Amino acid sequence: MTVLIERERNLVRLSPEGELTIYHVAELKAELLSGMQDDPEVEIKLSAVSEMDTAGFQLLVFLKREAIRSGKTLRLVAHSQATLEVIDSYNMASYFGDPVVITR
Amino acid sequence: MSMEQALQTFFEECRELLQQMEDILLQLERVPDDPEAVNAMFRAAHTIKGSAGLFGLDDIVAFTHTVENLLDMVRDGKVGITSALVAELLLCRDHIGDLVEHAASGGEINAEFRNQGDMLSARLREFMGEAPELGNPQVPAERATMVEASGGGKVDGDTWHISLRFGKDVLRNGMDPLSFIRYLATLGEVVSIHTLVDAMPDGDSMDPESCYLGFEIDLRSDADKKTIEDVFEFVRDDCQLHILPPRSKISEFMDLIRRLPEEDAMLGEILVKSGAITQKELEEGLSAQWDVDAPLGEILVEKETVQQPVVEAALEKQKQIKESRVQEAKFVRVHADKLDSLINMVGELVIAGASAGLLAQRSKDGPLQEATSIVSSLVEEIRDGALKLRMVEIGETFSRFQRVVRDVSKELGKNIGLEISGAETELDKTVVEKIGDPLMHLVRNSMDHGIESRELRLQRGKSECGQLRLNAYHDSGSIVIEVGDDGGGLNREKILNKAIERGLIQSGQGMSDSDVFKLIFEPGFSTADQVTNLSGRGVGMDVVKRNIEALRGTVEIDSAEGKGTTTRIRLPLTLAIIDGFLVGVGESFFVVPLDMVQECVELSEEDRRNGKEHGFLNLRGEVLPYVRLCEQFEISGAGSRRESVVVVQYGNQKAGMVVDDLLGEFQTVIKPMGQVFRNLKGISGSTILGSGEVALILDVQALVQVAASNEAKSLARVSVQG
Repeated sequence: MTVLIERERNLVRLSPEGELTIYHVAELKAELLSGMQDDPEVEIKLSAVSEMDTAGFQLLVFLKREAIRSGKTLRLVAHSQATLEVIDSYNMASYFGDPVVITR
Repeated sequence: MSMEQALQTFFEECRELLQQMEDILLQLERVPDDPEAVNAMFRAAHTIKGSAGLFGLDDIVAFTHTVENLLDMVRDGKVGITSALVAELLLCRDHIGDLVEHAASGGEINAEFRNQGDMLSARLREFMGEAPELGNPQVPAERATMVEASGGGKVDGDTWHISLRFGKDVLRNGMDPLSFIRYLATLGEVVSIHTLVDAMPDGDSMDPESCYLGFEIDLRSDADKKTIEDVFEFVRDDCQLHILPPRSKISEFMDLIRRLPEEDAMLGEILVKSGAITQKELEEGLSAQWDVDAPLGEILVEKETVQQPVVEAALEKQKQIKESRVQEAKFVRVHADKLDSLINMVGELVIAGASAGLLAQRSKDGPLQEATSIVSSLVEEIRDGALKLRMVEIGETFSRFQRVVRDVSKELGKNIGLEISGAETELDKTVVEKIGDPLMHLVRNSMDHGIESRELRLQRGKSECGQLRLNAYHDSGSIVIEVGDDGGGLNREKILNKAIERGLIQSGQGMSDSDVFKLIFEPGFSTADQVTNLSGRGVGMDVVKRNIEALRGTVEIDSAEGKGTTTRIRLPLTLAIIDGFLVGVGESFFVVPLDMVQECVELSEEDRRNGKEHGFLNLRGEVLPYVRLCEQFEISGAGSRRESVVVVQYGNQKAGMVVDDLLGEFQTVIKPMGQVFRNLKGISGSTILGSGEVALILDVQALVQVAASNEAKSLARVSVQG
């Protein structure tokens, strides 16, 4: 599980790769939190996430909330099928408020 | 707990449940009208289905679902219990078992196997009185009987409302809320789902492996409350679950709102949004509700709005949990390897203790000797304790034969009952594992050849129903397992003729019955007139004997013609450490298992002379065959001094062993002999003494036989001379 970090002006793009699951969330939490520390805008690119479970989903919710709390903007972009399904099942697309491709 | 571990637990649980199902089915066959048994059966099937669903084992879910539906109808009395149904359900149980084992081994399910499952399902549907309709095994669940609300105030929604708050450890325990919600969707239509994340703390205190989620779900489904509740069976202790049936009273929603941890107003809004209640209902409810401040307990007691079955189910559930807790407290699951290594260590400890004891004795230091003797008595206790840990009751092995007896008697068209006694007799786990196959052979043999056909039994004036007995008990350091039947018994003449025909013996003259019966353990021996696919081909009994001898045990047969046969297996209690009796012959040491030692007597000069002459000793007027160990093992420099006789007993045979020195009790750690010495007669193993010297463990059974044949030889000589 690696996180690719790209920085533009005022924006950081975090791209976790592989499984966003209970086995990696502890490590990912630290990595993603520190990655989004410095910039006011954060994009989390989900295209390379092959699998996501409830723990992974919960981590995304947490990051979104942390961002709001510290006055940042956080967007989830380029959802992979796996992540979309979970967010859909939990009916949480509107919580994140990001444009997603409607699958059904 | 990782997913893999959880899966293993699931498989283990499944095996237990399947065993339970089998027991119940066999019981139902005898007592068909037992609603409690049907219930238990249903629960077992349901639990397997439920947990299989969680792990995504769809094949198991699909098949078990059909079985469950049928059982549901049986429970409701729509389908009667017949022996045909029980037979079919037994097959289904086996199929589920196969599916589970398949899943456990990770194998793919092949077409033939699937076909078999489909055929079973189709037949089950015939029982349900349905046209076989493959693909959709859904049977409409009985519509939940609605409880009449006590006048007015009902909400209009026609959906179940489910409030769910997961406990923190759910994810760590290898369960994913997502799977529950997906499973819920199979019961009906999830109209709306609202995910609550407010319980999640901020910043560092948020542990990403804990679960902070809650859900408000509206479900449109025909399922009853219990079914919905059962979806969450596996997290029942680890979550807060509230289920409101369709058209519940507003006040119930208000109770719900109040009981949930989130703020009332917010929950109310969620309920309104999800369509469970309307805004107006919410407002009315909130204003009315807060006037009365009933304690939580009272609200829970207000059960008249809850369906009766739910209360029963809840009580049942509680009872089950309580029972399983009690059992959990009593048992700890330990890996067998750990026990084995413990026994090994204890073995080493015994050897080391013996050597320390020896040194202490030589030092002539009183206090030191005392200390080592205390240590050695403690070691002895530890040894016994450690060995006991491996002891298991034989009952489990026995009860497996219920099914075998049932199936085989059906196959043979005989009516045979099984009677089990001594199920609580304990023996070493390794022995239990190895005794299954020989027992199976004996049981089948008894049913096939022992017990006569129905007509013949009636003709012989016996009851129509044959009896098979399994019995176990402890007897002087051995465990005895008996397989008995009340069948035709062994025919001495028939066996003799066959044995002579095969060239095993020359004539049957002078052979005792038990010697004749032993012939059936010779390879290639079968007196069955009719070869069936169970037995009769003459393979088997010799394998049984070999297997049992490999465990240092023996087999003997008691039989009375026309009355029945009992096969008796005698096995050592344990294979690792024994209490021994140390004797010396010349410069060598030997160990006799203490349990077999009856007494020790001095060998007088007169006895010695008589013995040489007659081949037996006179033990208080009793004829005692004997063997001189120095001659048997060709040990030189022995026998010159005073000698003693150790009287041993094996089974019902006694014999004397002449030795030079009696050295006393000795804890013996059995070390196996190498391949080279496998065929050595009279020696069963070796051990290491405290001094580091090796002592050989005597195979008493073989020596008793040697003694008996010596006696027979010299008797023959005497009679020739006379």
